This record gives sequence, C-alpha cells and structure tokens, in this order.
Amino acid sequence: MSDVSRDTMLLTTPFHSRVEAMCNINDWGNWMGFTTPNAYFDVELEYFAIRSTTGVFDLSPMNKYRVTGTDAQRYLDRLITRDVSKIGVNRVGYAIWCDDNGQVMDDGTIFHLGEQDYRICSYQRADDWLAWNTLGFDVTIENESDTVAGLAVQGPTSCTVLTLLGCTDLNQLKPFGIAHYTFEGLPMMVSRTGFTGDLGYEVWVPPESAEALWDQLFELGRDYLIKPIGSHALELARIEAGFLQANVDFMPAEEVVRVGRTRSPFELGLGWLVDFNKPLFNGRSALLREQEKGSRYRFAMLDVQGNKPAEHSFILKGKKQVGTVTSAAWCPTAKANIAYAQIEMPHGAVGDELVAEIYYQRELHWTRLLAPCKVIDAPIFKSPKRWQTPAPPH
Amino acid sequence: MNQYDAIVIGAGHNGLTNGAYLAKAGLKVAVLERNPYIGGATVSRELHKGWWYSNCSYVSSLLRPEITRDLELPRHGLQVVSFGGGATFMRNGDYFGNYSDHDRHYRELARHSKRDANAYDRYAADTSLQTKLIRPYLLRTPPDPTSMRPRDLRDLLEFARSFMDLGEEKLLDTIKFWTASVGDYLNEYFETDVIKAHMAGSGIIGTALGVYSPGTAYVLLHHYMGDVDGNVGAWGFARGGMGAIADALSKAFQSYGGEIVCDANVDEIIVKNGLAAGVALKDGKEYRAPIVVSNLDPKRTFLDITNPSDLPKDVVKKARNFKIRGSSGKLNIALDGLPIFNGMDPRNRLMAGDLHFSDSLERQERAYDDWKAGTWSKDPYLDMMIPSLTDPTMAPPGKHMMSVFVQYAPPKVEGREWTDEDKDGFEKSVIDQISNYSPNFRDLILHCETRTPREIEAEVGLTEGNIFMGELTFDQLLFNRPFPGYAQYRTPIKGMYMCSSGTHPGGGVMAAPGANAAREILADLKKPNTVPGGYADD
Repeated sequence: MSDVSRDTMLLTTPFHSRVEAMCNINDWGNWMGFTTPNAYFDVELEYFAIRSTTGVFDLSPMNKYRVTGTDAQRYLDRLITRDVSKIGVNRVGYAIWCDDNGQVMDDGTIFHLGEQDYRICSYQRADDWLAWNTLGFDVTIENESDTVAGLAVQGPTSCTVLTLLGCTDLNQLKPFGIAHYTFEGLPMMVSRTGFTGDLGYEVWVPPESAEALWDQLFELGRDYLIKPIGSHALELARIEAGFLQANVDFMPAEEVVRVGRTRSPFELGLGWLVDFNKPLFNGRSALLREQEKGSRYRFAMLDVQGNKPAEHSFILKGKKQVGTVTSAAWCPTAKANIAYAQIEMPHGAVGDELVAEIYYQRELHWTRLLAPCKVIDAPIFKSPKRWQTPAPPH
Repeated sequence: MNQYDAIVIGAGHNGLTNGAYLAKAGLKVAVLERNPYIGGATVSRELHKGWWYSNCSYVSSLLRPEITRDLELPRHGLQVVSFGGGATFMRNGDYFGNYSDHDRHYRELARHSKRDANAYDRYAADTSLQTKLIRPYLLRTPPDPTSMRPRDLRDLLEFARSFMDLGEEKLLDTIKFWTASVGDYLNEYFETDVIKAHMAGSGIIGTALGVYSPGTAYVLLHHYMGDVDGNVGAWGFARGGMGAIADALSKAFQSYGGEIVCDANVDEIIVKNGLAAGVALKDGKEYRAPIVVSNLDPKRTFLDITNPSDLPKDVVKKARNFKIRGSSGKLNIALDGLPIFNGMDPRNRLMAGDLHFSDSLERQERAYDDWKAGTWSKDPYLDMMIPSLTDPTMAPPGKHMMSVFVQYAPPKVEGREWTDEDKDGFEKSVIDQISNYSPNFRDLILHCETRTPREIEAEVGLTEGNIFMGELTFDQLLFNRPFPGYAQYRTPIKGMYMCSSGTHPGGGVMAAPGANAAREILADLKKPNTVPGGYADD
C-alpha cells in the first residue's frame, strides 16, 4: 500500500478516459483543479485543426450555474452590465459582471434556455457572488458544473461533423443561437459559440453521455479531419481572435490584493457591454462616475512590427513607460504579431503609435528590442465563416 | 490605346507581387497572362470533378511572411496551414518517420541508430547556421561586387562581415558547405542509409544534379530556409491549394487598382531608342508603358520575347548558356481512399507529411544516372504528399488528393522530344514504385494527371520544365543570378526589368524576387518604396 494518499490528485472530467487515450504527447496541465491536456500531439497542428478542419476541446471544467425562478431575468439584469432582455430565448449573450465599484469580476456567457430559465457559464467560480445577489429576488441558483459536460467543436468542418451526429439543420443556426437535440435518448444542447473566432459550436450533455459523444464525434469526424486540441492551441486561437482571458488580461476584482490592480469594463475595451439604460446593476453608479471623470487605463490591441511576440513587454510612448502587455502571440493565420496591452490614459487610442520593449533570449543571450507598434481597432484575423448563416460545409 | 505606367508579363506569384507593389506606389499597372487563368506554377485546378490539384508547386514555406502581412493576404483569403510528419518507406518493410516534436524525433532516429540520433542536433545546428547566413538576404537586392556605388559597397561589406564573424573554423565549414554535395555533407553526420536518404531529398528536388553532385548541399538549404510562423524549416499547405496564393495576391494587386489581362500572349517587348515602350501580343494588340517587367525565366525573357538586336551580345550569350535543365515531372492523382504503405496505420500522423521511397543515397544517385543517360528514372525519387489529410477542401470527404513530385525526368528523351508513349512509361515507373510499397494503391486511383517536362514547359511556360527557373547552383545564385552583372533586376534595356524566380533569391513560391524587383523599379522612378524590409532573423 502506498503511503501517499490519492486525495491530492487532480480531478478528471467526464471525457477523461477518451482524452487520456488521445493525449499522445502526455503533456497535462491543471485547469480549475482538473487535469487537462496542454497539448494532444502538436500545438501547432492542433491550432491549425481549429482553422482548417475541426478541433475538439473539453471545456467541462467551466463553471456552470442555472438561474431559474420568476425573477430570473431581473436578477441577471441586476448582476450583469448588459441588457438581459435583449438576449432572446435560445440565444446566448457574452457578458461581464462587476462588483459595486464597477470593477470586472469575470466574463462569461449567458444562455437563455427558456422562460425565466438561464445558465451562466463562467471561467471563475461564482457561487458566493451569485448567492449574495439573490437577496430580494425570487430565484434559485444551481451549480451545474458537475452535471453538465461540454465540448467545444470548432473549425470550418464543425457544422458538417455535428450534422452527421444528428444535429439536423444545424447550418441554419445563427451565431449565438441554441439548438436542442437528443443524443442516445438524453438531451444534447448545441450553441453556436466559442473562443476561437472561427465557425464553431459548444455541445452540452449530461456526463453519462460524454464518452459516447466523444467516440461518435471522432468516428463521424474522421473524414472531416477532426482533431482534439489542448489549452495551448486554444490560447493561440483566442489571442488571434481578440478574446480576453480572466487572470491573464484582467484580474477578477474580488481576488485582487493590491490597490489599483482591478479594471473596469471601459478599461478593458468592453464598454459596449455596459447598458446605462437599465435602472440598476452592480457597479452602475461607479461606472457612470468613471464615464464622467474618465478612465485610468485603456485596453489596446497592438499590431507589433517584426515577428518577436511582445510577451510581458513594457509599452513606451517616446521614452515614457505607459503600459504593459497582458497577452501576446505571433498569429499564424493572420501572419501578424499581436499584443494586448493595458495603457495609461490618455495614450492608446486607435491609431496611436507606441513602442514595445521586448526582451527575448537566444542561446542564453538576452536581446532588448524596441519594436514600433500601432493601436488597431479590431483583430486582424477575421473569419467570414464565423458569421455566415447557413454555416459553410468546410 | 492601352497606356499604363508599368506592364508585368506573367501572372505567376512573382508577377502579381511585383504588380501589387508597383500599384501600391500609385502606378497604373497591368499584369498580362498568357493562359486563361492566373497563377503560373502557383495554381489549383479542378481536373477531376470534386478534386483540386495543386498541379505544379504543391507546398508553401518560402513565401515571405513580411509580404503576406504587408499585402494583407490573409484578408484576401489566403490561409497557410502547417502540416506535420513525413516518412521514407523502406524496402525491408520498415520506415523512417519525421516528427516535429524534438524528443519524439530523437526516439525515431535512435530506433535506427543511437549515434545518428545524437548527431542530429549537431547537424541541425550546423544547417541552421547556414540558413541564418542566407535568410537576411532574401528580401534584399544582392550587392554588385564590381560596383563602387555606396549602397553596393555597404552591402558587400555587411555580407563579408557576416561571414568573417563566423571565425576561421566555421568559415571554412561554410565555404565547404556552399560547394559540397548533399551526400558528402550528410555523410559527415550520419551512418544510416535511410536517414541520409530521407534528408538528402531536399538537396536534389528541382535540380538536375545527383546527391553526390557538388552544390547540392545549398539546394538542401534552399528548402530549409523558409518558415511557417517562425518555425524555420517547417512547411505548410495553402488552404484550397497553391492557387489560393495567386488568388490572394491578385486581390491585393486589384485592391491597389491593378488590372489583370488573361489570354494575353506576349510576342515581343517593344523597344524604342533603347527604351522599353510596351509589349506587342501575338494577336496584334499592343500595351504601352515605359516600364516592362518580365516574370518569364531568363531564357524566355531574352531569347523569346526580346528582339536580339535590342540587346548587347553578351546578354544573349549569357541567356543561351543559362542553366535551366529539366529534371522533374509530376503526377497528380485523385484517390478513392487512403493507401496503406508498409502496413502503416493510415491515421498515423506521419502520413500527413512528405512521403518517399528512396531509402539510400545510392538509389538516389542511380536515379540520377538514368537522367544522365537521357531517360526517366526507373526507380525514381518521389516527394509525395496527401494534402487532403490536412486540407478538407481538396477532395470529397473520405477521398484523397495525392501530389507526386518525381525526380528525375529529362527535358528530352535520349535526345528527342517526349512522346505519349514515353509519358506512359514515365507514369508507369512512378505508379509501379508506389505499388511496391502499397498493395491497395493502384485500385484507389480514380484519375491521374501526368506531367513530364514537355507538359510543364508547354502549359506553364517554364523552360525545360525547370521548377526553379534556373539551377540553384552557386554560379547562378546571389549576384550571379541570373547572370553576373545583371543581378539587380535591371536589364540592358532601360525601363525593362526582371522579377522571376530566375533572379535572386531564386525559385520556390517565395514572392521575394517580385518584391525585390519592385523596390528597384520604384527607386529608379524616384517613387517612395512600398516594399517591406525583412524581419530580423534571430
């Protein structure tokens, strides 16, 4: 008998037996306490599966909360910054939520499943915050994280593969739409959502369906060049597509220790998600004040010259340091060197020309590079397939 | 009257790139194409319904990322997708696999030889050193060693310094490398036949030389110096086939106001008082412009479409003597399913890369012996790819497209023109070889397009079917390409320029010659430069 207890082991997702079988390279990471592949066989080729064929990502460790009750919509309107009434039934809305100081706690997606029936899908755990916010509302919050398993099925052939799986007329589903199917007698929900910027879907099933879903998906997808993808490939795709990541591009407000390290929606370029026409929501008055007085920072997407990723770089205006980079990558499809930066106001407006101070090491030799960069208004990578309805076959 | 600021002859990737940069500078530019479709050797053609063939060039690595970014080719629809893997299947039923993961690659090398596996890192470092010397010069005009102009002197000095900085030992290695055969170079590192043969292929592709011919080590470099996303040496497919590159370039060109004219077969460049004045087409039409850029190979440029009386005799002589020897052919095959080679699971990732059957340097050299004897190789060297394992748009689901580059095929068979019977014999030698390793291959063939040098020359316009528009040997590289004294894209006729793969830095779908030529033309016109500089290579 081993004298090392197994209770320190990372948890496994409902897909684990299949994930493990396909994780040829045996490179694992810890995501929210679950063991998940950083890569399955080759990060670069996994990335290109997202862009050229179909990539499958196990997103079961995402936190999922069911919100029901007569006040469900009112409750969510109080919780998040955008107008929930504009998210119709069987539609999904990207959303952020703030603390009372108007500082972003997390971002996520709101699934409108039915009359006064919603699901929040978030990166961070939110049980406590969601519970505090129920005060005065007739709502029930149920943590569904363990009872809903999910796969992101992303890429140009994803619609074709899922149609073969029985998702009839899936190509008619609009971006951010939800469709309901059954898989082996159990409910299967498919949303046209994702974190890759390409045509793609997220498939949600009870955990007992997980292994069979994986098996059938890969069997039916073989001729469409389906591949599993790990977190490194997804990271590359999300930077190229312009998506922010909690704990990377901003700190969840409640976890911040040091003064001034939180960010408001405006400071993250997410002002479009704030709707002041709503009477009340968490952070509203603070955000109104900020809108009047001005923000401290500006989120900037930078097009950096050269091909060295500006990872962890300082951003300079002339010789003055005005910001730092939070995410950076050489984007393989756009063939562009992209960085996200937090820039001190008033710098960082679209078109502003800045300099990234890049440090890189080759054979133990460090080089400091001052790379000119320009603030751009949108990601350079734009897949027309992402928005096309009917969805293209490949 | 068809009056333009510049006319580019040939809508291959270099012609389109050249046109794009001239148009970006505000010039009124027309690119004239002989065929009814654009692309030259950078095309995708649906020659069997449902199957798209990259029926000339078939992989992309050398395309300069600076140009892709600058001309916004992704926005114009270009998507280059990396592939991994590759294998040489052996006569004994085994194979040697090429893995992108360093540690997995080590294990595969070690399966054949522990010593070779260990030596591989030394080989990779030495080869990388050579690519680092040449890569900074891809997006630059080669300096003229006889010129006293400040720019040439500065560039020559910089060029010399990068060599002198190597130190004595590495400089000697370098001089040897640039003149060595790929076989001798590999013999310094490896002992295993199949490992050497797998790597030697890149030293002979597209060139009428054998693995033991001096100068082939450089050709190996030419195939290693490209990159997909900074991974030096990695190769990718253009999604939708190579034509996607030409299509994206043409859209970029048109977005700057450029015009493309297909079915425009140039008869002659019009020269008036020693100045280029336009071109006359075979159908009698004329296009006028003070700038005429030829994207044809040097032989066609100076011997076919320029009147010799307009040229100094030394240029005519140099063009006649330019080495542009046909050495290869191609089979493009529509397959009903995936062939199985030496029993390998067809889902094996190695299948998505370049596949070969020549498992020793000796077999490769013997294949070259056949070429010297004036016939196609009976046991050819194949560079075979199945792009439909990476790109789902090339063939219907579950079906596959196979591109088979074949070496060697002579420009003439025993001194006479190719006949249809010769072409059948050439095709048979290739299909027989593949079938020796794959019992189900022959039954899977739905359609096969076979191209000998005869077809490549007639349809694409590459003299003798030479894919690089001229041998990549040191006497025809850098300031010697195409000829000494004419390596800066200018011709003896004022206003007439060259931008083809026959100029520096040579063939492969690189787009660098087209861009470099545009930079020189704009300088002569005293227009602001629109061509980007190369990324630092560190």
